[in-house]
Parts: sequence; structure tokens; C-alpha cells
Amino acid sequence: MIIVGQIKKGAYFDSVTLMRVGKELAGLPGVADAAIVMGTKSNKAILHSSGLLISKFDEAGDTDLLLAVKARTQPAADTALASVDGLFTKATRKAGTDGETRPSSLAAALQVMPEANLAIVSVAGRYAGDVAWSALESGLHVMLFSDNVPLETEIALKKFARKRGLLVMGPDCGTAIINGVPLAFANVVNRGCIGIVAAAGTGLQEVSCLISNAGAGISQAIGTGGRDVKQEVGGIMFIEALKALAGDKQTRVILLVSKPPHPEVLRRIERVIKGIRKPIVTLFLGAETRKGGPSTLEEAALQAVALTRAQNPAEAASQLAVRNQYLNKLAKRAAAGRKPGQKYLRGLFSGGTFCAEAQVLFRAVLKNLFSNAPIRGVKPLHNSLVSQKNTVIDLGEDEFTVGRPHPMIDYSLRNRRILQEAEDPETAVILLDVVLGYGANPDPAAELSSVLRQAAAKVSVICSITGTDQDPQNRGRVAAALRKTGAAVMPSNAAACGLAGWIIQLLCPP
Amino acid sequence: MPSLNQLFGSELKVINLGLSGFKQALDDAHVPAVQVDWKPPIEVDGRLLAKVKALQPAIDAANATVTKVILSGMPYLVGLERAVEVVPGMKENMLLHAGPPITWQRMCGPMRGAVIGALLYEGKAQTPEEAQQLAASEAIEFSPCHEHAAVGPMAGVISASMPVFVLQNEGYGNYAYSTMNEGLGKVLRYGAYGEAVIQRLKWMENALYPVLKKAVAKLGKIDLKNLIAQALHMGDEVHNRNRAATSLFYRTIAPAVVRTCDASATVAEVLEFINQNDHFFLNLSMAASKATLDAARGVKRSSIVVVMARNGTDFGVQLSGTGDAWFTGPSDVPDALFFPGYSRADANPDIGDSAITETNGLGGFAIAAAPAIVQFVGGSSEDALRYTRQMYEITAAENNIYQIPGLNFRGTPTGIDVRKVIEKNILPFIDTGVAHKEPGVGQIGAGVLNAPVEPFKRAFEGFAKGLYKK
Repeated sequence: MIIVGQIKKGAYFDSVTLMRVGKELAGLPGVADAAIVMGTKSNKAILHSSGLLISKFDEAGDTDLLLAVKARTQPAADTALASVDGLFTKATRKAGTDGETRPSSLAAALQVMPEANLAIVSVAGRYAGDVAWSALESGLHVMLFSDNVPLETEIALKKFARKRGLLVMGPDCGTAIINGVPLAFANVVNRGCIGIVAAAGTGLQEVSCLISNAGAGISQAIGTGGRDVKQEVGGIMFIEALKALAGDKQTRVILLVSKPPHPEVLRRIERVIKGIRKPIVTLFLGAETRKGGPSTLEEAALQAVALTRAQNPAEAASQLAVRNQYLNKLAKRAAAGRKPGQKYLRGLFSGGTFCAEAQVLFRAVLKNLFSNAPIRGVKPLHNSLVSQKNTVIDLGEDEFTVGRPHPMIDYSLRNRRILQEAEDPETAVILLDVVLGYGANPDPAAELSSVLRQAAAKVSVICSITGTDQDPQNRGRVAAALRKTGAAVMPSNAAACGLAGWIIQLLCPP
Repeated sequence: MPSLNQLFGSELKVINLGLSGFKQALDDAHVPAVQVDWKPPIEVDGRLLAKVKALQPAIDAANATVTKVILSGMPYLVGLERAVEVVPGMKENMLLHAGPPITWQRMCGPMRGAVIGALLYEGKAQTPEEAQQLAASEAIEFSPCHEHAAVGPMAGVISASMPVFVLQNEGYGNYAYSTMNEGLGKVLRYGAYGEAVIQRLKWMENALYPVLKKAVAKLGKIDLKNLIAQALHMGDEVHNRNRAATSLFYRTIAPAVVRTCDASATVAEVLEFINQNDHFFLNLSMAASKATLDAARGVKRSSIVVVMARNGTDFGVQLSGTGDAWFTGPSDVPDALFFPGYSRADANPDIGDSAITETNGLGGFAIAAAPAIVQFVGGSSEDALRYTRQMYEITAAENNIYQIPGLNFRGTPTGIDVRKVIEKNILPFIDTGVAHKEPGVGQIGAGVLNAPVEPFKRAFEGFAKGLYKK
């Protein structure tokens, strides 16, 4: 193998463009691997670990672009390097449509659009704070998609925003729906009267889709970023957003979704809730369920829907009980089809909230449950790449995503893992989530079909779909295509987990 | 004060900084959105950034003074003289050159060739070998044109007896100087020093110079600012395209030449020489820019660039607020279209004082005015518009006289602010000729480049460090 590299001084492309071009580069004839990254220390470490670091990269700095190609022959390597410029031109031409003004700064953008009211910030984390700061100073609400923003920065931004009456969603906020407009990774849902505040990104997507699929709709869906409800940030934006929904005429029912907040923060939230007269459904996933409160994202969504129809929220539970009887039957059929020795569950999640919800549901009913992102009561996985007994994996964790696109966009890593788990004679069930909407993979059915077909020939494959028929991928079409592979397609993560849990319990009675 | 509920009640209008896919989704939903071509800032010491930010009002005020001086500059051609008689500090044994200071040892091929040619021209050496020995000795003093109120294209070599244009910036009174343009092919500014080159220089000294001197004297003065403004409306940006400006200059000077010169053969030679050289005006547009910018030097706390110049080895920058200090870094090879038979491998790194035009809001900054040469910038006039638009992001003012028809007669971006260069990571855009790296081969292409980052980084650091000095 030959490794060649090139430094482009001062060249800058956004990370998605880099990944897209990197992927095309790696796909060229004779090329075994390729990477295009900015020359930061952490990126050099990634190149090192993938054997693509060459000595001449030492001199490159943070603002230099590094190109590395591993190829079978020198000519293949040279050809690949030579084609990079063309690939970049192709990739960026598409983004900049003809004749459109592309300002290079926030100030210049504000000249083009002086009445702008929201900034979406997805630049690299170490710059994101400064960019968000200038947006707030210019009076813009901010959706901060970037991660790796320091905690102190988040606190300072949110305190400043609160004083100015501005919203800071994030950092690490992947999704929101404001005034009916899906932002970043969000789904196309009905407008309606349920307002959502969520400190859990895929959780927000799941409840908003389930509400929409149940015929109700969303007024506003505000993400806060997962750290907002921790002690240090103190729930600043969670509370501000909650208050705003309380005062919003379009919102009749409020739904709160989060992993358990810090006890102090929880007390603060509860104080605010007491002063609000609108019905509020609260799901703190993993915390003890209150009497009458929902225990899953699905139940929370259905309770909110029931409240908009002036029904008793307990209706949701009875609705789900009926559905679960049917799932039980399905489970029996599936268990009967398994070979002796097949007894474990392997959950492969692209959504962090789904992995957490799965653990909440499984820890009560399954023994020997492991995860790379364990919640209380679940054992830490020794090695994220090797499953142990019943295992649920969050593929959105850093160990999988550094230097590559999120698993909701790039299915290749999970597809490999699906096939690998299907080969394990102890695997009985493979469980996965498929997330649709803007930002997510544009054609999941095409990416998954062949892999699921191969897996379903050996094990039970169960997948949930988070999305709507109005999403660009079209939920109904994706579901039909996935069913054809032999997989069981479920309307929610809770349903998928329920089915999977019952199968394992039948195969391996406690 | 804005509030969250106010946001809920209004139409969403979004500025997207980062992943352009998010903008796509907003377009699909028919939500008004602007995509920002965001780049990380150029990395400089955070303490220096803080220093500069703390003094922002004072710097802004200083820059307002500087831009006022630049915009109100009135460069006139007022005469022609021998360099040694008018250029400040010029000496018999001195050679002026383009760009920041450089020794013979570090000079690139074309610059060395031009030095050899100038020594042959001055009769200080009889052979190229002798000239080289002389240049390497201590006997010849090298000095940047810019330190003598002068500018020269490419190698930019000016020797004592060479005739120069004399320009005056009316209102400020300062002068600027440049040689007359020799035309294309084998010429001194590209490092050629053969017999034909020296002969042409002698003809320029003995025929062209006295004729033009008399003609200019007859006219009194020629308003170059007005002429450049007209040329911008006629498709020039007066760096890489000077066809319109040369034609306008020709119309101005020709009657005076005919009236002041009795020898009709010489009149014909002189007018043909100007007529055949589309770049004859380049040296005047450069000197006009120099005269304009020199008046803006030395304003304390101003972060405006007053010189960008290259010697073929280094790229140098001077700021109004940092006195005579040069901030330099390696010069890059331009991204060029090459004449048949040549390639990037033959190209010399960027060279010449001609980037003074960009410093003055012309050249690459006004490329949108010159659709005829957009082949150099990607092929479409849209590309040219984009380059000019981008330069507004790093400049302090829009020109009051130089305008771009294709941008609804918007003034050209003028007065580069080094703070904006650093913050936005946008480097000045220069369109330029490309020299062969071997002396004497001449021009092998034309193209564009962004100025290298190093000199601007150093200029910012030098500026920030100097802010608190008395």
C-alpha cells in the first residue's frame, strides 16, 4: 500500500462537503482509504489511528486542509490526489446556486436580510460560540447545532440570551420546529396545538412524528441541547421555552421530554409547571414514572394527543394495551421461528434517545443487558465493537462518529454491524431505528434493503421508523420497502422494543 | 426587546452559518434564508485580538480619516523626468525594485535578469557576467520602489537615468513615479536583458521620453482619476486589462504629440508604440494608485493597507498605522491560464508592485467591471461579480469615483482593513500577469490569486503590538 498526502494551505470546506468528497475519493479505482480533514490536532490523531498520517502533515496548522490517500499503486494514488480539486468544485457548485449572493459573514448576511430573526449555527465547535455570540448581539434567536462547545460558553450564551429575550437551542441541538418550519434534522409534521420542549433530540423527533401520525399537530418544538437540564446550566432554556409555550396562544397542551434533569433543575422546572394552567405531559426518560405519567415517548405523545381532544390521558395506556396484545402474538410467531441457541438481543441505534429508551424498557425485563452508553442499572460494554449477551449500542457516540457522518446519514457502519450480528449464532433479534426527515439519509430503503434481507434470513429483524408520510423519504414508502425484506416494521421505538423484549423473554424465560 | 413569543408570531427568516444542507431544507419549505459562506478566522494570538477589539472606536476613527484621504486623492500626470533628478533618495549606484526589500542572493530569476539588464543599460557593465558580479558586490544598492514614492510592474527595476512619469496628488501635494511601459515580449520587467531589450530602452529614453515630456507640458496635466473612472465603464479594471484606459490616454496625448513634435517619423513611432501596447496605461494606473495611497500613510492606529507588493520571492504589506514596517511572507504562484507551451511548473511566484491597484480598489477588486477577462477568474461574469462582492467584506469604504456598471454603478471596494482580513479569513484578490521563472523568457500567462496569509497575519500582529506604543 502507498500513502500519499497533500496540504492545501488555508483551504476551508464545511465538514459535510469534506466527508462527501472524502467518500468519493475513497471510492476511486485502486484507492483503499482516503481522508480529507482540517489539520487540527484531533484530526491528526484520527489520521494516525487510521494509518493515514504522513510526516509532512506535521507542519500543517488548524486552518490547513489535509488530503491523505492510501492506494494499491502509485499511479492510483496520484490520480486520486489529482482529482480532488474537481471533486470539490463539483461538490460546492451544487451548493451555490447561480447568481445567488453568498455573504461571508453574519454582518454581510444581515445586510442582505436585515429582518432575519433566527441563526442556525453549525460551524466547528471551537468557533461556534463566537458565531452564536455575534448572532445574539445582533438580536437573532440561535439554533446551535454544533457540538464540542465548552460548557462555560453555553452558560454565558444562555444567560445573555435570557436577558435579551432570545432563544438559544443547543449546543448540540439537532432538531427543532419553529412556526411550522422544520430546522436541521426535523420531520415534516402537521401544525397543531401541542408545544414541545425537549432536551433530547431524537426524542423530539419521535414524539412530534407520533403526534402528527395520530392526526394531531405541533405548535412549536423547541430543542435545548442535552446539557441544558444539567446542574451547571440549570435548565435556563428549558424553563424559558416552557414559559414561552405557556404564553403562546397556539399552544394548548405542553409536552416536555428529557433524560432525568438534575434534581435542583427538576425542582425549578416543577415550580414553573405549577404556575401554568395548560395541561402538561412530562416524560423524563429513565426517571421513575409518576402515577398516570407516561413511561415511553410513544405514550407521552399519545397522552398529549388525548388531552387535545379533551380525553382522559389514561386513554393512551388502554390504546397501547390493545396494540401490545397483537405484538405478543407476533412475538410468539417470531420466537417459534428461531433456532436453538439463538437467545440474545442486539439493538443498533442511530438515535441516542432511542438507545436510552430501549434500556429503560429492557432493564426491567432482561438480564445481562450491556450498552456503550449505559443508563443506571445497565452494564457498560467492554468493547463497543463487540456485543455481549443482550447489547444495545448508540452508534451516535463519539467512538463511532469522529471523522465520519452521523449514523442517521451514513448507514455503512451500522450495515456492517447488522451483518456481523446476524452471523452470531446466539443472536435472536436485531433491533434498529430508522430516522427520516430533513438532514437524514435521503433513501434509507435502498441503503438497508439488501442488508436486512440477509439478516432476516437468520434472525428476527425489527425496526422502528421515525417519520411522517410528508417527510422527503415518505414514511409509508420506506415501511413498505423494509417489510418486503422480512423485517417487522414498528410505528415507534417503544413498540419495536416491546416486540423485541417479548421474543427474547420467550426464548430465554427468566 | 424581542421575546420568544414575538418569534412565534412572526415569519421565520433564517441566516444559516455552516452546513448548507440546512439551507436546502429551508428553500424546500419556502422559508426565506441566507447562506453564509463561513470560514474560520485566521488564527492569531487571542490577546492581540482582544487589544484590537478594545480600541475599536479609535481604530475606526483612524480608518475613517484614511479612507477619506484615499477617496479624495486626485492623481494627475504632470510631467516626465529622469529618475535620478526627481525620485527621492535615488542615486547613481542605486537600483529600485518591486516589492519588499530583498538582497541579490534571494532575488528570483526575472528580478535578477532585470537587474543585469539595468546595469547593462546604465553602462555600468559590458557583459551579463560582469553585471552579475557587480550586482553581487556591495557596489550596487538595492531599494524597494515603494520606499521612494515609486512603483514598477513585475521586476519593477528603475535605474538612475531611466525616464519616469511624474504624478502629483492634488490637494495633498505628494508625488509618485513610475517608468513607461515597454510593451510585451522580451522586456526588462520580465527579466530579459538581450541587446534588443536594451535598444528599446534606449529608444524610450531618446525618443519616447522627450516627445511625451513636451506633449504633457503642452497639456499641463492629465486627470488620471477621471480617465480610470471612464475606463472602468469601458471594461477595464486597469491591472490586467488596460485597453480602454490606454485608448483614452492615446486620445488625450496624440494631438499634443503632433503639435509639439516636428519630426513626423518620430511622431509616428511614438504614437504607434503606445497604440500597439494595450498595457501602456498600466504604469500610470499603478502610479496613480501609489500617489493616492501615499497620502494616506502614517495615520496612527489605522489598520488600512497602503501597500501590497511582491518581489517574486516575498509578498509584502504595509499599513497606514505601522509606519515604514514591512510585513512579509512567501509569495505564491498565481492560478493562471498559460500561453501555449507553458505550464504552472514554469511560473515564477507572484511578482511586481502592480498589486498597488488592488490596494486602491482597482484591479482584482474591480474585476466585475472587466467581463472581457473573466476567463482568468473561472469563465463567467458571475464569477467576476462574486470576486468583487467578496472584497466588500474586507474593505472599509466604497469608492466615490470608481464604479462598476454591472453592480448598478456601486463604488469599488476600497481600503483593505487588515482586521477584516483576519476576522473573515478572506484574503485580497489580485489579478495579475505571470512571469517565467527564468530571466528573459517574459510573460507566460495571466491569472488570479489570493494574497498569501502570512504577511497579513504578521501585519495584524505588528499593528496590534504597536497600538499601545507612544
